[in-house]
Amino acid sequence: MLQSCETRSAWTANDAPVADAETIVSSHTAVNDEYRHLVLRAGRPATLAAPGQFFHLLCPASSEDKPYLRRPMSTYKADPEAGTLEFLYKVAGLGTRALATLKPGDPFRVLGPLGVGFTLDDGWRHIVVLGRGVGLATLAPLAEAAARKGIGVTAILSARRPDLIMSADRFGAIGADVRPVLDTDGSSAPENVREILAGLAREGRADAIFTCGSNRLFRLAKDFARETGIAGQVALEQQMACGIGMCFCCVRKFEVDGELVDKRVCWDGPVFDLKEATSW
Amino acid sequence: MVTAVSSPAGSSVSLAVDVGGLRLANPVMPASGTFAEGLDKVMDLNRLGAFVTKTITREFRAGNPVPRVCETTEGLINSIGIPSKGLDYFRDNVVPFYGAFSPPLVVSISAPTVDDFAAMARDLTVAGVAAIEANISCPNIEEDGRSFAMEPRLTETVTAAMRKATPLPLWVKLTPNTGDIVAVARAAEAGGADAVVVANTILAMRIDTETFRPKLGNVLGGLSGPAVKPIALRMVYQCADKLTIPVIGCGGIATPEDAVEFMLAGARAVQVGTTTFVRPTAMIDVIEGLSAFCARRGIADVNELVGAVVDGNTAPEEAEAVL
Ligand SMILES: Cc1cc2nc3c(=O)[nH]c(=O)nc-3n(C[C@H](O)[C@H](O)[C@H](O)COP(=O)(O)O)c2cc1C
Repeated sequence: MLQSCETRSAWTANDAPVADAETIVSSHTAVNDEYRHLVLRAGRPATLAAPGQFFHLLCPASSEDKPYLRRPMSTYKADPEAGTLEFLYKVAGLGTRALATLKPGDPFRVLGPLGVGFTLDDGWRHIVVLGRGVGLATLAPLAEAAARKGIGVTAILSARRPDLIMSADRFGAIGADVRPVLDTDGSSAPENVREILAGLAREGRADAIFTCGSNRLFRLAKDFARETGIAGQVALEQQMACGIGMCFCCVRKFEVDGELVDKRVCWDGPVFDLKEATSW
Repeated sequence: MVTAVSSPAGSSVSLAVDVGGLRLANPVMPASGTFAEGLDKVMDLNRLGAFVTKTITREFRAGNPVPRVCETTEGLINSIGIPSKGLDYFRDNVVPFYGAFSPPLVVSISAPTVDDFAAMARDLTVAGVAAIEANISCPNIEEDGRSFAMEPRLTETVTAAMRKATPLPLWVKLTPNTGDIVAVARAAEAGGADAVVVANTILAMRIDTETFRPKLGNVLGGLSGPAVKPIALRMVYQCADKLTIPVIGCGGIATPEDAVEFMLAGARAVQVGTTTFVRPTAMIDVIEGLSAFCARRGIADVNELVGAVVDGNTAPEEAEAVL
């Protein structure tokens, strides 16, 4: 079970409005040679997306790529005042290649906001977010929401190289304690990340841990949460067809009362309790 | 119940149809397995002609290993494997949910034996259930993709057993994975079906050329979406010609024109499946588009479309009349 149902319902009530909205691309830029940043002009309810919620994107067909299904994508930023909705993604296959062809001014259909997002418990004083690659995009809005609630954030940002660390500025802007760990200098090794986590726990700065984007980091976070008894949540991905709980394509295995059960990532998640989620 | 939808042209078109023992406000409904409570978040479910549930089984079923779906040109292949929370859960939780809406609830069932099919039909003869759709066609549920609906004899036996077990309207959903779908459709009619649904998915597969592995966890799956439309349409045409009970068309319907095509081929109603995954409000577009189409063509009642294809069997004068 998620920690605080009250907070959860405040953010991502299952009866919160969803729309298949026509948005307009306002900018679409390459962040580096792997990641792209898409900013849309959008209205409500799209811009009311809570941290951890996702959208189901109708990627445009290009002359080479014609994805038939939509693609799920977690929210990078949603701002109801500015009327903007942002995504940060890595071009990884047919769908994202097609997505990458969008140009400013293009119309673009997004279904959402969908799914159950992150939960922040009012009792927490300091949380740890631990992510890698585009997983950090999913954690950035969570860190901002925590900061708004006066909760301190340590952000352990893992990447292959320094230039692939995503969103360090966004974590920095909210006053998070930013700890980049890299493959290039070996600091991203599990032993080192475990050391950092243990240090935070000793200092009383780890009331909960949140992760996204790497199976190795997920296992580390899950073990850490179990050993220290702290709460934890993970945002998961899975191939989807409908995005709204109808087709049962996006199931994963979860440990519930000592049994492995299937849950739908789109409907029961994409954010799950670390205790229930299993390695992939 | 009779709906007169006012069209852009200002005239009024009747969309109501009688399908296998049910009167529907319009001929558009979801296809089993592509619809659930979640769609309530996106559209007004009261607009639909009927609700058709995901196939349920008596016992809990986990379903197939992932990946359960893969894309292909203009469609997808699925091997969900009918995960089910079982009959009791369904009766206690799902039936009441739909009770809050006006369209009739059609419950899709599957079972491993003739007796179990009959018992399921009997046990679902409860308040809130308006009709049974027997999925005797799902290609995944039995080994090697075999199913009752591959053979006329088995189809008649299982249909007759359900017919005895319930007074509810009984729809039988056929598989395209059979040598002679018309013979199977006639067997369903002989067994006492009130309508046939034509058709389920077409057995298919894909292989990943990087890993050399099948793209589905279950290796084989069912093809659906616009890619199958001409085949499903052909089957509807063939079946409608030989049956007296209504045919419900299903397979690749994405637009109002697709629905018109199926009705011209002889379908009394249509089911929209895979398209809903891509455009969640597609069924509304089909309903509105059907009405607009009829209005534009001066057709007062959508039933006039049913079987109105002008083929070789139609005399030229008649052909002119429908045009
Ligand atoms: C993901 C998925 C799940 C399905 N599950 C069922 C099912 O449980 N029972 C059934 O009778 N048909 C099932 N079908 C088949 C559809 O009801 C329909 O017959 C078929 O997809 C063709 O229609 P379409 O091209 O409009 O999707 C399923 C199809 C899909 C794509």
